[in-house]
Amino acid sequence: MVYSSILDWIHFPDVMSNMYYPFDVYNLPYDISYKLWELLGGTIAWLINLLLPGNPVSTWLICDEVVNMFALIIFMIVIFLVVFIATLISLWEERKVLGRLMDRRGTMIGMKGFLQCVADGLKTFMKENTMPKKVDKMTYMWTLSLVIGTSVLIACMIPLSQRWFVVDYSTGLLIIMALFALAPFFILVSGWGQNNKYSLIGGMRAAELMISYEVPILIMIATTALMAGSFNIGDIVNAQFNSTWYFIPQIVGFITFFFCATAESERTPFDIAEAEAELVEGWQTEYAGMKWGLIMLGDYFRGYVACAMITIMYLGGWLLPWDPLQINTYLPELTFLIKTWFVFFMMIILRGAIARVRPDQILNIGWKVFMPLSVVNLAIVLMLKIGGVY
Amino acid sequence: MAKDVLDIKAESAVMDTDKMWIIMGPQHPFSHGLWTLKIQVDGEIVKDAEPIVGYLHRGWEKEAEARSYPKIIPMADRLCYAASMTYTHLFCMTVEKALDIDVPEKAKYIRIVADEICRIQSHLMWLAAVGTDLGNFTVFLWCMREREFFMDLNVRLCGARMTTNYPRIGGVRNDTTELFDRDVMRCVERFEKVLMDDIVTLIDDSSVFVSRMKGVGYLTREQTVNLGITGPAMRGAGVDFDIRRDDPYDNYDKIDFDVPVMTQGDSYSRYQVRIEEMLQSCKIIRQAVQKVKALGKNAPYRLKVPSNVPAGRSTVRLEDPRGESLMYLISDGTDKPYRLKVRSPIFTNVSAAKPLVQGCRIADVPVVMAMIDMCLGETDR
Repeated sequence: MVYSSILDWIHFPDVMSNMYYPFDVYNLPYDISYKLWELLGGTIAWLINLLLPGNPVSTWLICDEVVNMFALIIFMIVIFLVVFIATLISLWEERKVLGRLMDRRGTMIGMKGFLQCVADGLKTFMKENTMPKKVDKMTYMWTLSLVIGTSVLIACMIPLSQRWFVVDYSTGLLIIMALFALAPFFILVSGWGQNNKYSLIGGMRAAELMISYEVPILIMIATTALMAGSFNIGDIVNAQFNSTWYFIPQIVGFITFFFCATAESERTPFDIAEAEAELVEGWQTEYAGMKWGLIMLGDYFRGYVACAMITIMYLGGWLLPWDPLQINTYLPELTFLIKTWFVFFMMIILRGAIARVRPDQILNIGWKVFMPLSVVNLAIVLMLKIGGVY
Repeated sequence: MAKDVLDIKAESAVMDTDKMWIIMGPQHPFSHGLWTLKIQVDGEIVKDAEPIVGYLHRGWEKEAEARSYPKIIPMADRLCYAASMTYTHLFCMTVEKALDIDVPEKAKYIRIVADEICRIQSHLMWLAAVGTDLGNFTVFLWCMREREFFMDLNVRLCGARMTTNYPRIGGVRNDTTELFDRDVMRCVERFEKVLMDDIVTLIDDSSVFVSRMKGVGYLTREQTVNLGITGPAMRGAGVDFDIRRDDPYDNYDKIDFDVPVMTQGDSYSRYQVRIEEMLQSCKIIRQAVQKVKALGKNAPYRLKVPSNVPAGRSTVRLEDPRGESLMYLISDGTDKPYRLKVRSPIFTNVSAAKPLVQGCRIADVPVVMAMIDMCLGETDR
């Protein structure tokens, strides 16, 4: 092949015909990153070729393997950035809506207050990186990294549509749930390792909360999987496309799951692990500055994941109610995110309206209310399934 | 098999699990002010508690001995920042009793209005604190919003928001400003509606709020009396006593109001007493403002008093928003007190910390202790 002009360099073959294309179906973020590398890598290759005509690096830069490698790196950044911005928007939404609920204005810095989170992020990053003298230093750091790491990981693993995903597992919902339930273990260990009584109690509370809410959540995930016939997220959404959105038959499950997910993501009515009234900051007491900022961000990532799970399982994922024939034409990713933000809006109202529940009350509600309700929900679905309605 | 189970049971019975002392304060989100509550916990259950106060001690009583009587008035404002006019009023009444003078009718009614405005402010601040202790910020901000209106009334009355420096020995500093009665009526009208419709509905209609307060922090009638607890905390346990009604000062005997009393003795009944007290305060303010208006514009509001107080002793007690506060003055015929003792209700009430939180869970400690309504300015003096 002759490369004479720049157009020859930045003219890659179609994304699907790349022999190292890592997916089975069309993937939009990969396509975007592929096109980006086409522009960037092609230009670089052209420039190098201008200086040293006929060199091997230029052709290496645009061969299939290298293009795939760079496209995957950009792919990761694209996926993370979208989730990150979606999370920041939910953070901004919380501040504004909560502000309005409380008869104040919420954040007011730039872009209707959106830039406040940038300012806050900068502030926490500029704080001194302190480490208390008596903490177990290894535990202190690795638990923190894992709590934040798992939160970011699952947030990125949530598919936004049939064309916007990272991996297409056949057990997608289960894996997300398993990773979601990992963080409380690290919180427990972290609370123990901090050598602080408040942190210890907070860590214990996180563990007991996780143990009692995991069961109803898993039952409800199994119910949804039973109804859709698959654990795969795409299949679940498609099953809702073929019948109705699942919050109609599973209204009991929807409400129960909403509260359980709020508890699992440790948002305010159920945030006993960091109850600031009695435990200062619970398990986060010894984390300051940038570490604290990252924990807050991780919390919002978890909140986003909880909302996304509800959207997938009950609110029809990326489906539009009035556009049933063209499933992927009108920005399904945005539809998904708007639904997620709507669920988050309900969580914000919950936060603004009710007080923090006491730990023993939380366990009581978990075992005596949510657990039976999730079984009732399972029974309803079984009857619907046997009756042939779904 | 059964033997194994028995063994484990026996072992766990003798197993010595350490109880943990947790020191809450002085810089802790639950301690509204500088004080410490040491609690001993067994898991989540509180076994023992010990309050420590005194971080804010500034020698108020000793300092008062070095000042002439009028100069103590602004200092008395600083005793309780949430209801500043109450203590100034108490101080002025003590000195008036020592001087054996009767202040003009108008001043009495204006003082009642000021006192009740301060009572509402103080209770609103308490309710706000209960909101944050329960983990709900909405209640906090709504109460603070309502408090602003009463702060504005303070401004209308005397030009300052918190430390008002308003009552004087022999009356009050100035007459009510123009249209003050109209503003008070509007504010009270609005407040009654907002309190019942917004804040109380938000709390009472939510089973979470109610279940957090109901059944925790029990105090029996006998315990209340033996510990010397006064104020809403006492009336929540069924003791029917209010100095405004039973030992009236100023013109409280000419005003019609009820004293709310609850018999359950838990946190929720103390909460209900305080809410009802706010409504009763509104009732009192209405009547007192009418009386002030009826006295006319030219009625005297301040007497000229001598600067030297004759030697003797005088004691006056007054119903503070938090309980019974008392001042004991020994005068020696000069213009400075020989001794001025302040009895703060909170200093006594906080001694109930141990019986209150024993058996509660850690999560209950903030909301139970909030029902005492800590105010460190007067406690430590």
